[in-house]
Amino acid sequence: METAFTPIPSLGGGLLIGLGAVLLMLGLGRILGATGLLSGLVFPETRQEFAWRTALIIGMILAPGILFAITGTLPELSVPVSPAMIAVGGVIVGLGASLGSGCTSGHGVCGLSRLSIRSLVAVPTFMVTAAITVFVIRHVFGA
Amino acid sequence: MKLAFALLTGLIFGAGIAISGMMDPAKVLNFFDVAGTWDPSLAFVMGGALIVTFIGYRLAWRRKAPLFAERFQVPTSKVIDTNLIGGSALFGIGWGIAGFCPGAAIPALGTGRWEVALFLVAVVAGFVLRRLLTNSLARVAT
Repeated sequence: METAFTPIPSLGGGLLIGLGAVLLMLGLGRILGATGLLSGLVFPETRQEFAWRTALIIGMILAPGILFAITGTLPELSVPVSPAMIAVGGVIVGLGASLGSGCTSGHGVCGLSRLSIRSLVAVPTFMVTAAITVFVIRHVFGA
Repeated sequence: MKLAFALLTGLIFGAGIAISGMMDPAKVLNFFDVAGTWDPSLAFVMGGALIVTFIGYRLAWRRKAPLFAERFQVPTSKVIDTNLIGGSALFGIGWGIAGFCPGAAIPALGTGRWEVALFLVAVVAGFVLRRLLTNSLARVAT
């Protein structure tokens, strides 16, 4: 399934993602990593840590609705894979991001901009395995 | 104030995810499908986010402390081990299968699509699985 090339909204959205990450560092001194946020919510350590993570996640979830109120359109979201693939992929994502201590936001955005050596290893690793996985699923198995 | 600031930060980050196209699995999977229906848009998401964080982090770190916390808490580990490489490799495989990643799926939950909820429940199951594996390995070792 083709998707349109959208360099301008993608760049603009990327700038906002970066702004969110910078504000969290400026305000709370923390990395904006979705894996850490989510696992901090599921396995909370202290009440204070739980509170700011919850507030941040509520903000994230409210964002599409507020955009919808302003612009009248919901963001594009089409799922070209089966529910089984979402479930299996999700478990592997959770296991992998937890073992590797980060995902696209924590290693990809926050880690690379800090020039963290761990992120400089993690990001090319997951980009390559994601590309290989998509290649195998689409072009080897032809799904 | 601290919590209101965190909420605002989440709104900005979530709006960025929504506008950028990151929450659309069709677009994410096409980014990786160089041999097929390739859509390079997500390189612009990463580029835009990195420009802002690269400069913005350094400006923020000029302060002695964050606005609402005592100190900056940035990971300092430089250890490259099998957990990092194997975990990241697994993460990429899962991302390539499902087309969602956690940072895109959390804001995407706000669209009310059940697929997003399924993905996030599965991610949490993956977190639990990791805990079980780590605990049982520790038990074998002792």
